Amino acid sequence: MSTTEHSEHSEHSEYIDVETGKMGMWLFLFTELFLFGGLFIVYAVMRAKYGEDFHHAALELNAFIGATNTVVLLVSSMTVAMSLTAIQKSQKNLAVGLIFVTLILAGVFMINKYFEYGHKFELHLYPGSDVMRNLPPGEIMFFGLYFLMTGLHLFHVVVGGILLTIIMLRVKSGKINKEHFLLHENGALYWHLVDLIWIFLFPLLYLIT
Amino acid sequence: MEDHHDNHITSYAQNFKVLFVLLLLTISTILVVKLDLGIYTLAMALFLASVKTTIVLTYFMHLKGEKLILRLMVGGVFLLFAIIVIITFIDYYFR
Repeated sequence: MSTTEHSEHSEHSEYIDVETGKMGMWLFLFTELFLFGGLFIVYAVMRAKYGEDFHHAALELNAFIGATNTVVLLVSSMTVAMSLTAIQKSQKNLAVGLIFVTLILAGVFMINKYFEYGHKFELHLYPGSDVMRNLPPGEIMFFGLYFLMTGLHLFHVVVGGILLTIIMLRVKSGKINKEHFLLHENGALYWHLVDLIWIFLFPLLYLIT
Repeated sequence: MEDHHDNHITSYAQNFKVLFVLLLLTISTILVVKLDLGIYTLAMALFLASVKTTIVLTYFMHLKGEKLILRLMVGGVFLLFAIIVIITFIDYYFR
């Protein structure tokens, strides 16, 4: 056995099926769609049932913070898409920088959420509080769904942030590069999903009152 | 490895244009709600959200350059979700 054959063999064992890897990520994203989709259906039916209560409860939400977070997530979606462009063009430092900006924006989103939730807690508007227990059933349902849906979304922001941090470190160390960037691609897909869910959450919870 | 995807690099300019359109659509959504089109407000807001979703899927998530099978899968899943929503509402209104 010559050494060239051996190195060829090890190259083959490192082969990564990019198409399948990406399809696997999409299949996972489909399950996410149905996770949130189920909640959207609950929201739709309850809204049809308790239109008035939903109207009153939604007035309590801060549309300005909602709109700010929409812009934050849209911009972060662009920066993560650009980081993928950068890695494909072998612009490593730019890719790291763009992922870092995405992480900062994720942080801004979470800080906004902290103030938003904080205000709700000050008003004793949280599931199980005395104030909320005395609200009409439709409003209890609205705030319940609001906390569940935005909370689950926030959890996805946190997971996305962790994933992007790992990707940033791997880009830095060169493990993710022009040739191998499947993880980077899939991480970006996940971050875009976080953005997509918010695209629906924002008008349904904050705007339509 | 011939299937290594270096053929669909989205330019920075295109990414920026996509963001610009998405921001315009966000402003439109807010304006539509402020204008209050009555019963059409919700439909319009959802329509604009769907347009934004399609743009994110096509450009940011690069479905445009993906294989047909993947695009069909994504389309099929959204169709499935739409059917589930319709069936739920048929059940809700006619029970």
